[in-house]
Amino acid sequence: MAVAEKAPKMIDVKAAEAPWWRRWLPLLGVAVIVIYCLAPFYWMVVSALRRPTDQFDNSIIPKVWSITNFTDVFKPGTGFGRALLNSLFVAGTVTILTLIVGMVAAYTLARLEFRFKNFVLAIIITTSMFPGISLVIPLKKLFSDIEWINTYQAMIVPSLSFALPLAVWNLTAFFRQMPRELEQAAMVDGCTPAQAFRKVILPLAAPGVFTTAIITFIAAWNEYLIALSMVNKKSIQTANVVITGFTGTSGRDQPFGSQMAAGVVVTIPLVIAVLIFQRRIVAGLTAGGVK
Amino acid sequence: MVSATAPVPTQEKGTKRHTSFNEGTGRLAALLLSPTLIVLVLVVVYPILSALRESLYTSGQRIDDSGFIIQGSEFVGLDNFSAIFSGETGDRFWNAFYNTTFFTVTCVVLETVLGVAMALVMHKAFKGRAVVRATILVPWAIPTVVSALLWKWIFQADGIANSVLGTQILWSTEGWQSVLSVIIADTWKTAPFIGLLVLAGLQTIPGEVYEAAKVDGASVWQTFVRITLPLVKPALLVAVLFRILDTLRLFDLPYVLVGPNKESVETLSILAFLEANQTRYGPAAAYATLLFVYVAVVAYVFVRVLGADVIGEAAQKKPKKNGNGKGRGRGQGEQDASKPTLLPGLTAGGGGGGA
Repeated sequence: MAVAEKAPKMIDVKAAEAPWWRRWLPLLGVAVIVIYCLAPFYWMVVSALRRPTDQFDNSIIPKVWSITNFTDVFKPGTGFGRALLNSLFVAGTVTILTLIVGMVAAYTLARLEFRFKNFVLAIIITTSMFPGISLVIPLKKLFSDIEWINTYQAMIVPSLSFALPLAVWNLTAFFRQMPRELEQAAMVDGCTPAQAFRKVILPLAAPGVFTTAIITFIAAWNEYLIALSMVNKKSIQTANVVITGFTGTSGRDQPFGSQMAAGVVVTIPLVIAVLIFQRRIVAGLTAGGVK
Repeated sequence: MVSATAPVPTQEKGTKRHTSFNEGTGRLAALLLSPTLIVLVLVVVYPILSALRESLYTSGQRIDDSGFIIQGSEFVGLDNFSAIFSGETGDRFWNAFYNTTFFTVTCVVLETVLGVAMALVMHKAFKGRAVVRATILVPWAIPTVVSALLWKWIFQADGIANSVLGTQILWSTEGWQSVLSVIIADTWKTAPFIGLLVLAGLQTIPGEVYEAAKVDGASVWQTFVRITLPLVKPALLVAVLFRILDTLRLFDLPYVLVGPNKESVETLSILAFLEANQTRYGPAAAYATLLFVYVAVVAYVFVRVLGADVIGEAAQKKPKKNGNGKGRGRGQGEQDASKPTLLPGLTAGGGGGGA
């Protein structure tokens, strides 16, 4: 932190002496980045808020605002409401399972000294590098043999393959940042190591666990390939799969209005969460890099 | 009895030797790690081996030499692989292989250049840094599928892209335009993310280093090439590695943005998926295995040749192989603690599901 603050101050002084364009250039750059990131997102929101009749109108601000697209999306028959619940259930279960299993492993990796530690870490990170399709194909065959196709567990179990390494990695970094003296003090006071973990470390690690939960949830919520491969029954499909499968009222036309509205519905909770917990997520993503 | 218990002491001896200061830690660690490792074996190792086995078999209905229809799996050795490399399937495979490689190289180069530029801008800016940090997470948070639909809408025949550019391009048709649309969509989503990670790396560079460079009369470009880049390199290499691995398994974006069975944007993941969808598990598994080998080779080259420090911070207890002997172990550890380490599978926000 000290370093991070020092650098800006120094350059600030320099910037004050610099010609005007040097002072304004970074601000201009920031504006460009903000527009770059937000313009397509803005277009999605605006397109969702148009009337279906002027869907193809390319004005920057809609002439008439309308929420018809949103009400269309939730009409019975689209199955979108159900799909949202499915997504929530799958992503939620993946997150909870991952946290329970991953927390123990992360704590072990952060605290205990043992022989194959780096090897285990390497294995965990390597598993996250495997292409999803290499896992999905054999699992799909296996699941059709044991009649798991069109079940929630068929989406939840394969999702652990990317969620678990992610969570273990993130949590290991968080646990490592906590001073060892915490458990030592607890153990001096008569706690067993397990009690020290449960009563002292866990409450203090709550922010880290929470951040990991958000990141894992977002990753699981965004999953597409597994959900597409393992489920073809509409009542089990997740939101991501249902949105891409929306059919228009007039034959082959793609109902972009509804799709944009559904996209906004799927995305807005994540965007709000990201904006609220921005600092924590950045810290989590860079695993302690930005403190 | 004696023979049955004999192996146990030897095993204990082996454990003891390496955990002399804390007896039994090894076994406790094994116990605590077992749930995670078991899950990973079940959902990662087993499928990979199973795919390898599957790729040596053929399944489904087919006609045997005497004209009878036969069912079930049959061992065919390397036939699936030799079929992949020959004839029409061969063309399709090499096309998918080329597309995958082309997307990976183009997207990662673009994203890295843009990402580094964004990080430099954010590092220089003080006003609005909080705003920019929040907005930069927006493309990351949007599910890949939704962003693919969004870009499909933007690249619609009478969509905003054509109207802004004043062109009449049919973006979703075969050809360079669909390739470009995928590249643009992918770059939009992940360049800010690389920017964020590089920014974290930039913030760990002490200001004194830049002061020294200035005193020595280094130009802006020299400072960037000689100081900023080398110091950001560890973070950047890992970020680039994970981006490469993510793009190699690219699936959602071309599949949703352009569609299946489009030659120009068909990646290896899409090809394997389409084969599996028609229950041709043998060839599908062969494609998946080849992709897996491709990914493994790239990762190996990156880690071994370029020295991408993937384990990074997590392995801080041991001094680095390229570095700084034991005497500086402590300092090294502290430095590592502030070094950004990229999370696996997160660069695309889509997890194992791919970019």
